[in-house]
Amino acid sequence: MHFEDERPIFLQIAEYIEDGILMGAFEEEAQIPSTTEISLRYKINPATALKGINLLVDEGIVYKKRGVGMFVRVGAVEAIRRKRREAFYNDYIEKVIAEAKKLGLAKEDIIAMIERGYDR
Amino acid sequence: MRGIEVRNIAKNYGEVQALKNVSVFFGENKIYGLLGRNGAGKTTLLNCITGRIFPDSGQIFVDGEPAIENDSAQGKIFMMGEKNFYPEGMKVRDAIKWTEEFYPDFDRDYCLKLAKQFGLNQNKKIKNLSTGYGSIFKLILTLSTNAPYLFFDEPVLGLDANHRDMFYKALLQKYVEKPFTAVISTHLIEEVSGVIEKVVIIKKGEIIRNQSVEELLSKGYTLSGSASAIDSFIEDKTVLGVDSLGGLKTAYVIGTIDPASLPAGMEIGRMDLQKLFIHLTNE
Repeated sequence: MHFEDERPIFLQIAEYIEDGILMGAFEEEAQIPSTTEISLRYKINPATALKGINLLVDEGIVYKKRGVGMFVRVGAVEAIRRKRREAFYNDYIEKVIAEAKKLGLAKEDIIAMIERGYDR
Repeated sequence: MRGIEVRNIAKNYGEVQALKNVSVFFGENKIYGLLGRNGAGKTTLLNCITGRIFPDSGQIFVDGEPAIENDSAQGKIFMMGEKNFYPEGMKVRDAIKWTEEFYPDFDRDYCLKLAKQFGLNQNKKIKNLSTGYGSIFKLILTLSTNAPYLFFDEPVLGLDANHRDMFYKALLQKYVEKPFTAVISTHLIEEVSGVIEKVVIIKKGEIIRNQSVEELLSKGYTLSGSASAIDSFIEDKTVLGVDSLGGLKTAYVIGTIDPASLPAGMEIGRMDLQKLFIHLTNE
């Protein structure tokens, strides 16, 4: 994670935890780092860390165990994948097409590149 | 209401209006950044709040209590200032004892722990400390007072990158354990932009922004494209400034823009706090 990234820091925190869940660093029913740990690790205001985590609570990806901390909900991996698949077109494909048009690449050229990428 | 309320403060130095009718509220248990260019009035404002100078007019309240010439209100505040108020020949060790006398909640163990962590030599005389260790000495004292309102005027002056990092961590560690109000005045804006929750920007003795960092950042955009396209697109927008490079133009814009309304070939980006600050405080 690098905050030169232009998006708000709380979104990056939420995404960082999601990445951890997708990669298996935080398994389902396992505890995720506390807002204090995140705040100190990344030198960010605890309110920002909390906002990032609350975003995941609202999306049903983590839940709070009172007095203990935040835990990954069963089904979180699937929920994150579903959400990111929906965003994939906007986040990646649109950008690829915009850049391709700037460069005068045809649809077939892009498809060929994607096939080449998959064949590697 | 708990917090520090500054109401219509003015301060003149001869012909110079250092503060013009400034009103601002520093709420309980929040970390603020007080940003301004050199000579904007930051230190004058902090000095008024902490009773080091008297404003020409206006009022200041700490937790609802008038703060000017009021020891009980001032006892809730500690300021790490540019100037030293300790006798020059005093040793660091004695200055710690002396501060302890005035601040009943002073945490001596914590203070010594930080001094060790930063490598501050307690046997040195204050006047013999380097710029960096002079800052370190003052910020350690400030964090150790346990006063509910801490003011930091250029806390990282002369600190190397490792020590700056240690300071931000120490500040946050203390803050998460026992929240307090911190007001940090600094020129190293990007370093502090994640640490602070609210930002107060002062320009020529007036407060021009006072809001959450996130809110401020969400309203700043850069637009890049061909000069002619940019010029016509920004006609009806609030433009802070433009940069040109040949036929390419970048405009710094405040407001909200629907990305779908962007003409083809124009790119939109966000501004970081430092960039926004530069464009908001430019002449």
